[in-house]
Amino acid sequence: MSNNSVTGAVLVAGGGIGGIQAALDLANSGYYVYMVEKSPSIGGVMAQLDKTFPTNDCSMCIMSPKLVEVGRHINIELITLAEIKDVRGEQGSFEVDVFQKARYVDMTKCIACGACSEKCPKKVDDLYNAGLAKRKAIYVPYPQAVPLKYAIDADNCIMLTKGKCGNCEKTCPAGAINYNDKDKNLTLKVGSIILAPGFNTYNPSGKAIYNYDASKDVVTSIEFERYLSASGPNQGHVVRPSDNAHPHKIAWLQCVGSRDINTCGNGYCSSVCCMYAIKQAIIAKEHDPSLDCTIFYMDMRTHGKGFESCYNEAKNKHGIKFVRCKVHSIFTQGEKLNNEEQLYIEAVQNKEPVEDSGEQSAKKSKKESKNKNIKQYQVLNYFDEESGKVVNELYDIVVLSVGMEISSETRELAKKIGIELTSGGFIKTSSFDPVATTKDGVYVCGAVQGPKDIPQSVVEAGGAAMRAGTALAAARNTLTKKTPERTEIDIKGERPRVGVFVCHCGSNIASVIDVAAVRDYAATLPYVEYVATNMYSCSQDAQDGIANIVKEKQLNRMIVAACSPRTHEPLFQETLLSAGINKYLFEMVNIRNHGSWVHKDYPLEATQKAKDLVRMAVAKSVLLEPLAEADLNIDQNVVVIGGGISGMTAAKSLADQGYKVNIIEQNTSLGGQAANLYQTAGRAMIQEGLENLTSQITSHENITVFTGAEIEDVEGFVGNFKTTISSCCDSSAASKCGCSSLNSDKDGAASGTNSKTIEHGVTIIATGASELKPTEYMYGQDKRIVTGIELDKIFINNDPALLEAKSAVFIQCVGSREPQRPYCSRICCSHSVLSALHLKEKNPDMNIFILYRDIRTYGEKELLYKEAREKGIIFIRYGLPNKPEVYIDNDKLNIKVIDHVLKMPIVIEADLLTLASAVVPYKDEKLAQFFKVPLNEDGFFVEAHVKLAPSDFATDGVFLCGLAHYPKPIDESIAQAQAAASSALRLLSKKTIKTQGTIAEVNQTICSGCGVCVSVCPYNAPSLRVSNKNEGRPKLHEGKAEINPVLCKGCGACVSSCRSGALKLKGFDDGQLLAMIESAMNF
Amino acid sequence: MSEFEPKIITILCNWCTYGAADLAGVSRFQYPPNIRVIRVPCSGRVSPKMILSAFHNGADGVWISGCHPGDCHYITGNYYARRKFMLLKNFLEYNGIEPGRIHFSWISSAEGVKFAEVARDVVESVRQLGPAKYFIKKELDDNDLCSCLNKSNPDNNLAKNILEEQAA
Repeated sequence: MSNNSVTGAVLVAGGGIGGIQAALDLANSGYYVYMVEKSPSIGGVMAQLDKTFPTNDCSMCIMSPKLVEVGRHINIELITLAEIKDVRGEQGSFEVDVFQKARYVDMTKCIACGACSEKCPKKVDDLYNAGLAKRKAIYVPYPQAVPLKYAIDADNCIMLTKGKCGNCEKTCPAGAINYNDKDKNLTLKVGSIILAPGFNTYNPSGKAIYNYDASKDVVTSIEFERYLSASGPNQGHVVRPSDNAHPHKIAWLQCVGSRDINTCGNGYCSSVCCMYAIKQAIIAKEHDPSLDCTIFYMDMRTHGKGFESCYNEAKNKHGIKFVRCKVHSIFTQGEKLNNEEQLYIEAVQNKEPVEDSGEQSAKKSKKESKNKNIKQYQVLNYFDEESGKVVNELYDIVVLSVGMEISSETRELAKKIGIELTSGGFIKTSSFDPVATTKDGVYVCGAVQGPKDIPQSVVEAGGAAMRAGTALAAARNTLTKKTPERTEIDIKGERPRVGVFVCHCGSNIASVIDVAAVRDYAATLPYVEYVATNMYSCSQDAQDGIANIVKEKQLNRMIVAACSPRTHEPLFQETLLSAGINKYLFEMVNIRNHGSWVHKDYPLEATQKAKDLVRMAVAKSVLLEPLAEADLNIDQNVVVIGGGISGMTAAKSLADQGYKVNIIEQNTSLGGQAANLYQTAGRAMIQEGLENLTSQITSHENITVFTGAEIEDVEGFVGNFKTTISSCCDSSAASKCGCSSLNSDKDGAASGTNSKTIEHGVTIIATGASELKPTEYMYGQDKRIVTGIELDKIFINNDPALLEAKSAVFIQCVGSREPQRPYCSRICCSHSVLSALHLKEKNPDMNIFILYRDIRTYGEKELLYKEAREKGIIFIRYGLPNKPEVYIDNDKLNIKVIDHVLKMPIVIEADLLTLASAVVPYKDEKLAQFFKVPLNEDGFFVEAHVKLAPSDFATDGVFLCGLAHYPKPIDESIAQAQAAASSALRLLSKKTIKTQGTIAEVNQTICSGCGVCVSVCPYNAPSLRVSNKNEGRPKLHEGKAEINPVLCKGCGACVSSCRSGALKLKGFDDGQLLAMIESAMNF
Repeated sequence: MSEFEPKIITILCNWCTYGAADLAGVSRFQYPPNIRVIRVPCSGRVSPKMILSAFHNGADGVWISGCHPGDCHYITGNYYARRKFMLLKNFLEYNGIEPGRIHFSWISSAEGVKFAEVARDVVESVRQLGPAKYFIKKELDDNDLCSCLNKSNPDNNLAKNILEEQAA
């Protein structure tokens, strides 16, 4: 295919967090993105969540900046209410048919005032609130939605269904309603496609055992999430849904619709439910500490970073009870009757036949009407392992931890365009290319590839963006738009000339606040040269008008009193810029969200408040200065530290896009841990994959490898790193090793003491981890006792002794989930199960026992566990106080363990004992200091954000992947390596970084050089000036602080901590803020 | 309104509590109009002198609000803010500012209800205390000095001494 035929645009199907991340990565690295979303706005399931585990961050808070970024991105085109119908063509040049439903609201006119929704007479189930609340037929799905434009639900609108009403059209002040809007068929030309349609939650309706249809008090986890949310139907107050009473006992039932081939066909594990149940229980407890919370589970699967400690805290600190039992069914019990006659109402008796799963709430309103006077409890009848008895317990609320499913539409689309699915119905990928579907040019991320949590979806999104972009590298920057460069008028020395524009926002502001009075008052303020009102300041014509006035009246400060700067500041800054004035000479006054909308009944006070806020803004604005956004060149070379699978994948990804990459590997050969491994959970042979990758690396024209290399020093920061390495590989390997090029360098001439400084713009840390050498279970005392990796070596060498072994035992959690190493190593359960299966294949008569604490074969790896049980591998659970004992008696290797069913010790004689040993990080503090990146208490590197930036560091220009982040299998390492490369590409492709204007600045003549700013800043922006040894004389202001404008994020923590008052934060300086405070008081 | 209406300077971080205030608006949660909001990037930006300046300029109360601990957009800013505020609050209370005049809260951008609730609580608690009496900027004369030093207290030798010195 010739380069000309490659289209430099990508279609991202799905606007959840995965799709958003992929779209941003691509749009920021030179590709035009069409984002096709089924609903009226993007956000997906994450937007519905109250908090995110394990840190319990507010979901919306961390997500909304991303939503806004997508909404405003010049190279992302949002196509909402749309679905893919067909895909034609091939990789590089697809034609995609998209069907877009009519919105009936003109997005260019809608100002999202909400007047239409207020007047709409039709109430509909609110799907954002999982059907627990009502919304109107004209609506935005949720207040922070992007695009923040209303849409008419055509199925429910009275005008569209019956031809009468028309309230919204009459009410809309902007004339945005268009009942004649038509559905559209679009054809998009793109080079790659990323599928990120997300998942549906399992619907327990129609399954009598869950009592879900019969009782309102049995809710799904997504419903409970909405109950917990401050923006949910109860403003975050948890009540018993049937009677709004205060609940005392809540139970969570795990594995509803997962690991279940009995009531449904979902054999896989949904991966996230254990953690979200723990999260919900903790939050519920935080709302009401007296709550009794119990989680009923089969295996507690807390295999992610920070998950195990969250689980431990839930048990030990929050007092949440964990009961290992699959509860077989739930009944409703009324309280009114006496004890002897307790009424068990079998769900079946109350149940109405359910045809359509989408109509749950209508159904729920019908039920229970019979039992109005009876308090309802949910009875859980379960077997308690500890007491060995059947227990009957009453709960107020039962939460069903429902699993993930892929929608039938997605499966049909996959079938139509020729993409293979897994047995669980997820999109099939391979271990060594985890984000590529079976169809070239179509990539995938998120839960549609297999059940997973947010960070893993974000990682895959980065990987998918990387793969999708690489295929189109020839067409990079061919379809993207650029913001036009503008010249600014120099206003230095000019007297401030302030223009104040007060917005009516239709009637949103003007119905409460006397807009004309505010305008007239503003005219009396000092330095104010021009005042005006606008009906809609944000409309295109008003924008043009404002820009003309700024030019005409020679204004050099602008104030808009309207809505929130969080949504509209960039728009008005753009307007100011188009009039040739620096965008930082702008101040926004929020008289709508903080005024008319919240002081509806106090028009006089609200008007006074608006005047005060305008006065404060004027006082600040006269002190504003034009701020420069400096450009900084980014060195286009890359350093990858670590030459394992992750490091090599990251290097290859960037080298394929044309960047020069240096791999620095400590060992004398590439490969890392993968060199010792046999096969992946997807049954791919690792040695083959590794060989393939290694040969691609060593023959790649853009990659230089330094083996046996040590980092001696690192200087600089994002865009301009200087890393000095010493490389000492022996000369035989030198032809392949970068030190040969290093030797030919003039400055590194002396051979043997090879030291080289590499200049590079970005760094990827992929230093990996190692397997723990156990100190227990007689490891090292008998050659029949091996670790997981040692067993893989036996497999690789195809050791014939293996066939003679009659009995094999695996002990799990060796060195993991112990007090001294509390995290779960994530990979060992799948690895042991896989190895056991391999042994069975070699010798079907071998007796195999796996001694475990919880089997954590998450996602579709559960199918391995199932297969293992079917093949007769025996799983024996042990607890931490009763760890197995290993001893040798008459040369016989014996393992003694208490069987969890018999509750009696049994002794197994083994010919092979495999210890599933922990993955331990290298805890490389030197490297951490070199790049100023943190390590956590376990010794793994700490990413920038646990959910949304898992492959980035808080330090700009440094990225993270592989085992150095957390234990993970090869497919996840590869995805993360691609994601880290994608993050790096975002920076590299810009070629320059623009610093932001509102950053800190030091006045060195006042600075005392105390270093408080250096210690306070999380981004390493301040430093104390040091003289360069090579310059003869000391630097000016040596020892005083200076701010690196590239690293500064403008939070101002250093400014308010500076004891000398030497620091200022441009745009939010003390003088400016104090001027606001001083002028605030005349009310 | 005949009742005393307090003036409260409110400083909100851009990412969490300012967002909560926006959400309160979108959701039309009503609260009293006594607060004057100043937007800053992070609660860590708030310097004690801003709080002092507010009282100095006649504010009856001050309310600072940022992201929940652990949720800071700038990773750790609100932790620094929290430490500073604890010290400052003790210091101000030691110097006579009543506990109910100065408020700190942590409100995420999803907590519109909480924002309106806290706004009502803050306004109400300052209203109960009446107009601010201390720290207000004005021209000093002898009477002020005496009242500052509590001349009426017969044991207050310091006041006496200063007045005597001035007389001499």
